[in-house]
Amino acid sequence: MVNKQSTANISVQDMIKQNKKKKNIGNGIEKFVPIFLLLCAIVSVLTTIGILFTLLRETFSFFSDVSLVDFYFGTHWSPWTDHFGGVAPLIAGTLLISFIAICVAVPIGLASAIYLSEYATERTRKVIKPILEVLAGIPTVVYGFFALTFVSPLLGNIFSEMRIFNALSAGIVVGIMIIPMIASLSEDAMSAVPHSLRDGGALGLGATRFEVAIKVVLPAALSGIIASIVLALSRAVGETMIVTIAAGATPNLTFNPTESIQTLTAFIVQGATGDTSFHSIIYKSIYAVGFTLFIFTLIMNILSQYISRRFKEDY
Amino acid sequence: MTQQINISQIKGRVTRNKIYKGIFILAISLAMLALATLLYRILSQGLGYLSIDFLKNYPAPYIEEAGIFAGLMGSVFMMCITAPVSIILGVSTALYLEEYATQNRFTRFIQVNVQNLAGIPSIVFGLLGLTLFVYLLAMGYTLIAGALTMSLLVLPVIVVASQEAIRSVPKEIREASIAMGATKWQTIWRIVLPASIPGIITGAILALSRAIGETAPPLIIVGAAAAIYTIPDSFLSKYTVMPIQIYSWTARPQEEWQFVAAAGIIVLLAILLCMNAVAVWIRNKFQKRY
Amino acid sequence: MTAANVFSIEDFNLWYGNDQALYHINMAVPRKEITAVIGPSGCGKSTLLKTLNRMIETIPIVNTSGIIKYNDNNIFEKKQMVEELRTHVGMVFQKPNPFPKSIYENVAYGPKIHGIKKKNVLDEIVEKSLRGAAIWDEVKDRLNQNAYGLSGGQQQRICIARCLAIEPDVILMDEPTSALDPISTLKIEELIKELKKDYTIIIVTHNMQQAARISDKTAFMLNGELVEFSDTDQIFSNPKDKRTEDYITGRFG
Repeated sequence: MVNKQSTANISVQDMIKQNKKKKNIGNGIEKFVPIFLLLCAIVSVLTTIGILFTLLRETFSFFSDVSLVDFYFGTHWSPWTDHFGGVAPLIAGTLLISFIAICVAVPIGLASAIYLSEYATERTRKVIKPILEVLAGIPTVVYGFFALTFVSPLLGNIFSEMRIFNALSAGIVVGIMIIPMIASLSEDAMSAVPHSLRDGGALGLGATRFEVAIKVVLPAALSGIIASIVLALSRAVGETMIVTIAAGATPNLTFNPTESIQTLTAFIVQGATGDTSFHSIIYKSIYAVGFTLFIFTLIMNILSQYISRRFKEDY
Repeated sequence: MTQQINISQIKGRVTRNKIYKGIFILAISLAMLALATLLYRILSQGLGYLSIDFLKNYPAPYIEEAGIFAGLMGSVFMMCITAPVSIILGVSTALYLEEYATQNRFTRFIQVNVQNLAGIPSIVFGLLGLTLFVYLLAMGYTLIAGALTMSLLVLPVIVVASQEAIRSVPKEIREASIAMGATKWQTIWRIVLPASIPGIITGAILALSRAIGETAPPLIIVGAAAAIYTIPDSFLSKYTVMPIQIYSWTARPQEEWQFVAAAGIIVLLAILLCMNAVAVWIRNKFQKRY
Repeated sequence: MTAANVFSIEDFNLWYGNDQALYHINMAVPRKEITAVIGPSGCGKSTLLKTLNRMIETIPIVNTSGIIKYNDNNIFEKKQMVEELRTHVGMVFQKPNPFPKSIYENVAYGPKIHGIKKKNVLDEIVEKSLRGAAIWDEVKDRLNQNAYGLSGGQQQRICIARCLAIEPDVILMDEPTSALDPISTLKIEELIKELKKDYTIIIVTHNMQQAARISDKTAFMLNGELVEFSDTDQIFSNPKDKRTEDYITGRFG
């Protein structure tokens, strides 16, 4: 039944042996490929090094012209004058926007996550989750447009002293932008809480879904939830288009949300689009501001990873 | 007696459960209401200005003549560079990490580094591009400088998506290939890659659609200009992209330009919607074959 | 000239990191016979099998000492290319693991990676291999369909056909029927007996009846040691070692 000779009267093994002679090319590929792949993998490392290097180089050069103390503790930002001023108003603007955004996104995002993981049926989830994904996929330039042309005039009807460019409407829209992030990452954390913990621990004893959510699921998923909030905060800090379009370009050391302000990111856009020549003080200053921004977000990203790793529950 | 107290207490708890459920539903409805309002506003403002001419025209000082053609083609040309560069680099990095790298400090370092890159604000990538591509490599404010900056920006997303796709290929079919006398690369090229390609493509499309929509901050830095009256004819052309074009219309003080911006946004969203639909279609078609 | 024994294993030891899994194995596997390896889970029978085509080396922490000769050549020698060894020593796995490709592409995979490209030659090989695995009649009309659409037993025979396509000398089988229903198991067992005419078969099984039904020689392993190795009749009717007797009479394991 099984005939080892193929009808061509050459066995497959013989054919393989003949082909072996050509194998040298194959060996070359076998050695070359991992090296090529490694080089590609190194590109991502070089990108990080490149970012650090460019930011640090221009930042150092900047601080040879402007005093570091003045820059970080100066309360008046006037980069286009001789007296350069301090970055505090930009940091204040960034914090104000992030604070408003978090105030909007955390309650709505968390409530959505609890609803999705504890209450919603599979069918409801199948409808709501893609909608949240759409919300996450809207480009920020669109959100900026929405903040400026809709939210800002709407709020203007409520607060009479409201400027057209203001921190409040930009902050609210940044908040809307990060809702899906908090909702989906927190829901992941809550869904990871095993059913045995819910059923055996509480539902079986007659607790309502709400009691289970608050007393069992939230505490168990807390680290994941906090990590998601920190990550969303980092997104809000680094957000550029919404604040550039809707928050204004007025460096302003204020915590009044109806005022026009400027964030770190918005200044970088302003500095880079103006008439800035290579190695001018403004050119260098956008790197110093960029470096400050980078450190902010890096700390938050690492914190978020640390929280979710360090407190990972072993179910 | 005690029985009655329990019942009323339970009733209270059940009511509370219902109230909170209502609050949660309200919260999620708010999020969806925001989305609906946003889409409604944009459609109601922009649809009137959307026309074939709008798609074919270059930016112009008058509303009637303004169009998104330069931005549209700029985005397309940019993707022609960014897609191959970022996919080749991203898939290769993922293959290295998943197939070749031994578990040591260096591997973990690359992995953590990729994660952290994904968290860096896009505008910081713009600063890297400005120094590296525009000045050090003397590319100037050109299409290629912008496209390479974008490639680095989307790289981490593609790496992570590809890693997940590669990891989902079962160990058993790799073993089957190795046991046939296939070399490592033959196994990767003929078995692992074909099996993981739907996942990789889905991830790449999603990443690139983000890149099309989110190009604005880094590209403003590396010099995409708003007033471009030609489409790029080489890597070293000046260029603009859709989000930048929309941004520049939004930033104009006269209110009429908002409607032009809204029309531009409709075009942008339509393209993103198509890309996402394709990605979802691929994901559903090839899901769970093992 | 080829030796009478396909494999001769001489004082072979194997470690996973610091844990020794195989101790001083000595064994000679005869040509064109079915050799069964039995023993309780974790006794090292699969480890031993996977060593014979050096698949065990895909686990990075494995260390070995001793000699395994395949046709008088030590398989661990530097000049021995693993890929070449594996073209002579094929393998069928515990769980059917066809590639997510068509039936045709599954069977043609081996010849293709070894450089056979001609369509008519491949066609011939595919048909012959599928016939050899006794599944040609079931699939000849749907060669271009995905192999995942087949039943578990059919998939396993596709995997055997895939293995036959490069005409190996030895086929290693790692509990090939443990994931299958009784009817599919029976078909595979009949196929294995048929394949014996042309191939040397080494089969690991936890099913003693299976070993008794199909094998010519049986090896009993326990805790990483080869306890007893002789004719299957001898092992099952008159085991020399007390531990073998305990195992086959079901006193443990």
